[in-house]
Amino acid sequence: MKLSELDKGDRAIIKKIDSSEDLKTRLASFGVVRGSELSVEACSIGKQTMEIMVDDTLIGLRAEEAKEIEVEKL
Amino acid sequence: MDTIKIVLAGQPNVGKSMLINSMSGSNGLKVGNFSGVTVEKTELCFEHHCHMFEMIDLPGTYSISGFSQEEKVAHDYLTNEDYDVIINVLDSTHLKRNLLLTLELLKLNKKMVLALNMADEAKKEGIEIDVKQMEKIIGVPVVLVSANTKEGVEELLEKVHEVADSQERIKSNILYSDAMEEEILAIETFLTQKGFSLRDLSNREIAIRLLFEDKDIYKELHDEPIMMELQPIILKALQHLYTHHDTKNVQEIKANEYYAIARGIHLETVNCQRNRGKKSLTKQIDEVLINKYLGIPIFLFLMWGLFQITFTLGAIPMDWIDRAIGSFGDFVGSNISNEFMRNVIVDGIISGVGAVLLFLPNIIILYIGIALLETTGYMSRVAFLLDGFFHKFGLHGKSFIPLVTGFGCSVPAYMAARTLKSEKDRLITLFIIGFMSCGARLPIYVLFTGAFFGADKAGNILFLIYISGALLGLVMAKILRVVVFKGEDEPFVMEMPKYRFPSFTLIWHTVYNNAKSYVKKAGTFILGASVLIWVLATYPNQPLLDKEYQAKIEQQSNKESIKTLENELKMKKMEHSYLGQIGKLTEPFFAPLGFDWKMTVSLEAGLAAKEVVVSTLGVLYAIGDDVDENSNALAHELKKNISFASAISFIVFVMIYLPCLAASMVFAKEAGGYKYLAYLFIFTTVTAWIFSFITYRILL
Ligand SMILES: Nc1nc2c(ncn2[C@@H]2O[C@H](COP(=O)(O)OP(=O)(O)OP(=O)(O)O)[C@@H](O)[C@H]2O)c(=O)[nH]1
Ligand SMILES: [Mg+2]
Repeated sequence: MKLSELDKGDRAIIKKIDSSEDLKTRLASFGVVRGSELSVEACSIGKQTMEIMVDDTLIGLRAEEAKEIEVEKL
Repeated sequence: MDTIKIVLAGQPNVGKSMLINSMSGSNGLKVGNFSGVTVEKTELCFEHHCHMFEMIDLPGTYSISGFSQEEKVAHDYLTNEDYDVIINVLDSTHLKRNLLLTLELLKLNKKMVLALNMADEAKKEGIEIDVKQMEKIIGVPVVLVSANTKEGVEELLEKVHEVADSQERIKSNILYSDAMEEEILAIETFLTQKGFSLRDLSNREIAIRLLFEDKDIYKELHDEPIMMELQPIILKALQHLYTHHDTKNVQEIKANEYYAIARGIHLETVNCQRNRGKKSLTKQIDEVLINKYLGIPIFLFLMWGLFQITFTLGAIPMDWIDRAIGSFGDFVGSNISNEFMRNVIVDGIISGVGAVLLFLPNIIILYIGIALLETTGYMSRVAFLLDGFFHKFGLHGKSFIPLVTGFGCSVPAYMAARTLKSEKDRLITLFIIGFMSCGARLPIYVLFTGAFFGADKAGNILFLIYISGALLGLVMAKILRVVVFKGEDEPFVMEMPKYRFPSFTLIWHTVYNNAKSYVKKAGTFILGASVLIWVLATYPNQPLLDKEYQAKIEQQSNKESIKTLENELKMKKMEHSYLGQIGKLTEPFFAPLGFDWKMTVSLEAGLAAKEVVVSTLGVLYAIGDDVDENSNALAHELKKNISFASAISFIVFVMIYLPCLAASMVFAKEAGGYKYLAYLFIFTTVTAWIFSFITYRILL
């Protein structure tokens, strides 16, 4: 399933990232890579943005970006 | 004295700037708790053990192949400039991902020291780091420091000395995956057999770069005969890596390898004692502050509170300052016998500079608010909260950072826009920063709201002014997005820093520096402008008018009517002064908005600096003053002379029109040419005129 489909409090493992090269590099430097575990910490109204935690790093991202990340819910 | 040139590199928000501050014992560099505080290379020098340390602070960069404009600054500096030592600053509490950049920096083949910053936080979080072990693996000196408590700072300075003086390098023991190591060895052996060498690179290093398809090494090897024999070996090796990593994308392979190494180093050197179940403080605060429903209302409430305090709390010392300036003026006035000098000083300098200084308390409160926003970590949260909303208006959530900076001063705000990666996002943001009323406009608002709304409502009106300015900015952004800057949306991914309790010194220095420059400006630029305005409003002499009124006054015996005549004379004289003539010339343009020539002139003078609007009004009304000594004399005068509709229309114009000269210059530079400044001028003036016109007509 997609990261954007998760709700607050869910945990998941990243399976695949389909973003552009630039964005992939940026995500990788946050520790968002295939195989890392994440938890959803917060969502804004209408899920326009969500805050996730990977490896103790909090990251805010937009739903459009979250759609490009394939995850497996734990 | 020898100079050691040291460059600080690291990911954003790891404390590079703060570390330089504590190493040099100064407070010169701006520190804030969000990514992208430093956007420009900044230098700072100090002496240590008879050496000159030339420190270069770079913008933080997540990876060396930069993403946004300010990251490119870091990349270009690191790869092209000449320097002696790199201090790679890492956040001890986020070592794993910080090490990814370290691995890239190692490739630069420069002398390097690792500074594991935030040691105090790491200790609190129960993180133990085996520094010796890390040194052994990475092959560069590692020092645990805290820019906050200053522990380890001295040791870091010593290490930099040592590294700068030493010639040899410690061997690194960084190991890649088995597959990668196998292929490195194959290529390395081949190179050694051929007796090949290149620059100061080891054969192992050459092998690694070849496998990671480093463009520069291929360029260098392109004409070497060895390339012919090397090619099939590399091809075979890559095939092996492709199957091992399950991808043909070399960048991805590199990222995977680096990530594995970083994880390995982390595993071997870091011991975390934290009990997993406990929720961190940051998470708890986030539960409230970025709560789905409460987040935005809380933000608005905080903003409202800030403006409320700015007005009400600011009014207390303002009263004192007003009285002090008043009695100072009287005192000076009664002690200078030369009439010309007395008038220049009392009506020109004291009225002008005093009118500006009066608002120092408000400015200080505003800056405390902004400093808190910047240093606590709330800034990024608001960007997060507002992104959805901003996005609808064609703006990027990150635009919030320059926009908020714009509430303080537009100059740093224009520069802060560099953190936006997309050129279009950046230009739109640049164009609307002016709609965020800067600190220098605050005195105008405080003056007018105080005069026309009374103390109980003024705080709310102040909030309303700022909010409507911001909303107007958003609408303009949308228009610009649809009409001029069409294009793709930029992704929003942003690190949310930990909440940090800002230290008193940090807030103090930010606020103090801003207050100091405000006072300094009042004492120099505003003073000069006030004298100029006074001169222009007093000359040329008008003997004819004088004579005419002299005769009239002599005929009167009634004290009241003499006074009226005297005032009339002052007014007439001012209307015929140089300034009056300038004002009259442009008055027709502003007349439909309800401005008289005095307001017109102050607006025009405000193009130089917004504080000048207030000082000009101060001078103009001081000259025409009928010397009544109640407090807040200027506000009183304004209320007497200006209609409510004109006043509001004036506020609206001030909200929108062109920022000051200094800011305009920075705008032109950041936007990429004076052409853009011309656009900005037209854009803001037309908008300001239209909105003021509508306001005036509605209220009339
Ligand atoms: N507790 C603690 N906080 C620190 C330390 N060093 C820096 N900070 C805080 O970390 C935040 C970031 O500091 P900066 O110096 O602005 O970071 P920077 O690396 O220059 O950031 P950019 O310029 O955005 O790349 C600030 O809130 C500092 O107060 C430290 O040693 N301990
Ligand atoms: Mg910095």
